[in-house]
Amino acid sequence: MTVIHFITAFFSDGAHWHGYDGIPTRLVEHVEFSLIALGIAAAVGLPIGLLTGHYGRGGNALALLATAARALPSFGLLVLLFVLMGLSKLPVLIPLVVLAIPPILVTTYEAVRTVDPPPVDAARGMGMHSMKILFQVELPVALPLILSGLRSAAIQVVSTATIAAYVSFGGVGRYIIDGLYQRNYEKVVGGATLVAALALATLGLFGLASRFAVSRGVRQR
Amino acid sequence: MIGALISIEAVSKRYPDGTVAVDGLSLEVPDRSITVLVGPSGCGKTTTLRMINRMIELTGGRILIDGEDIQHKPVNALRRSMGYVIQNAGLFQHRTIADNIGTVPRMLGWSKAKARERSMELMERVGLDTSMAKRYPYQLSGGQQQRVGVARALAADPPVLLMDEPFSAVDPVVRRGLQEELLRIQEELGKTIVFVTHDIDEAIRVGDMIAVLRTGGRLAQYAPPDQLLSTPADAAVEDFLGADRGIRGLSFFGTDALTVDPGGIVASDATAQQVSSRATEGLGHLLVVGVDGRPLGWADAARLRESGAAAAGPKGGPAQLLPHGQAFRHGEDSLRVALDCAVLSPTGWAVAVDGEGRAVGVVSQEQIAAAIRAAHSQRGTAPVDVGAAR
Repeated sequence: MTVIHFITAFFSDGAHWHGYDGIPTRLVEHVEFSLIALGIAAAVGLPIGLLTGHYGRGGNALALLATAARALPSFGLLVLLFVLMGLSKLPVLIPLVVLAIPPILVTTYEAVRTVDPPPVDAARGMGMHSMKILFQVELPVALPLILSGLRSAAIQVVSTATIAAYVSFGGVGRYIIDGLYQRNYEKVVGGATLVAALALATLGLFGLASRFAVSRGVRQR
Repeated sequence: MIGALISIEAVSKRYPDGTVAVDGLSLEVPDRSITVLVGPSGCGKTTTLRMINRMIELTGGRILIDGEDIQHKPVNALRRSMGYVIQNAGLFQHRTIADNIGTVPRMLGWSKAKARERSMELMERVGLDTSMAKRYPYQLSGGQQQRVGVARALAADPPVLLMDEPFSAVDPVVRRGLQEELLRIQEELGKTIVFVTHDIDEAIRVGDMIAVLRTGGRLAQYAPPDQLLSTPADAAVEDFLGADRGIRGLSFFGTDALTVDPGGIVASDATAQQVSSRATEGLGHLLVVGVDGRPLGWADAARLRESGAAAAGPKGGPAQLLPHGQAFRHGEDSLRVALDCAVLSPTGWAVAVDGEGRAVGVVSQEQIAAAIRAAHSQRGTAPVDVGAAR
């Protein structure tokens, strides 16, 4: 029961709710880091995934790239970049972006590529333009899978953003890293709880998004 | 807009790897009619269809629509001027039925309200309840989806309709219904329809003209269905038409000229005297009809006269009647239906009825056979014995 004890102790301590090291500040920092990283990854991964999926080309190269990116250890990359580039936000963001692109890119590519061919054939036969087919015929049907790619990327980013604290940036990881140094396990467990809560919140957010963004005809409910 | 004339002139499709899908095909597709491209798989029928809306670009020859070369038109404008129906309908599953049908009108810049109004009108035309407008494709049966596919193709009232195996994915009963619906719609709208199928029966049922293609993309024969059945161009076409083409060819001969004998009909409440006066030469049975004139069944003529009363009376009981089986509508059904009725009849005689189902007479297999011979000689399509001619 020590974990529960640690959690209650951490969250009931009023000192943890104020100031630059307070929970609200750290949460905002964490979410901000995650959103920026996810935003950049989506800005890179979505268009490439959509286009390669639509034209059905470049799949092998993508898969290779994604596997290579997945093999990169985020923590190692962070330390390397930090040493090379010094103290700035970039060494923190780059590993997160590298982590998030593969799931977005690969699932988007697969989602668009595997769209049922007859409707696409029908749309072409009606004289619909290529890009209109991508956005009005393929994308709405591929959306659930694309969202699931974004979701797994988001969860990985939110969990991994804790490492930002290792190179003296904020975020919820601050509690974990500091707690470990200070042998303050109450702080470590509290930080870990916050990360888990953030991951769950992300999951919930994507659940809602797919309910509102995906057509009832595609959900078939 | 009504149909257009499509001229396919020496069209070929050769792929870069050397495969030839269509080889010097020439066809004149008459306007306002259904032209069926039929043949075994690999005969280039779908390729030919898809060259008309340039889903596949031809590599030789040319295709003219109302005298205009399709290569001279912007490809998307060309496609919007043709309805396109494919197997499995290919509906957009994220859009409602009404929105699916309204796709091309919206692309052409129609207002939402006008497109919706048009969708409703078309749903009715293809036999769909307008209450389905807000449903999604997954909520419809295969046959209903295919009706939506046809409605979507008709939405912008294109003069040409291209149909690529449109009814192949539904079961035979539904397919039959869709074929009849298509013929009914065609009668109202008069489009120029090019229809691809691998099913020769479907081709004969819906086609005004049938182009039989052979493997390698060459034309084997181009003829109206009755002519195709009576005089196949060669052994390969004959083989493709199947063993019973003679029987099927009878679908194109009416029964108006068929004389039916009203003498063998007796009412169920007839008196003994009336019964004794009824007879048909060569038929040992009498057809008993109810008070409404509809056939009830066959009664043995000798036994009926012995018992001195109509068999279907309360005492005689209908149990003594043989089933009359299927009846054909005199003057409306074809000789094929009449012959079928005779073959299936327990007495060997077919029952003819009028539009209301009242019996008007009976006719024997021999009399039908004579009518078939007469019809053939009159039309000059006497069945040619291809085997002997070779």
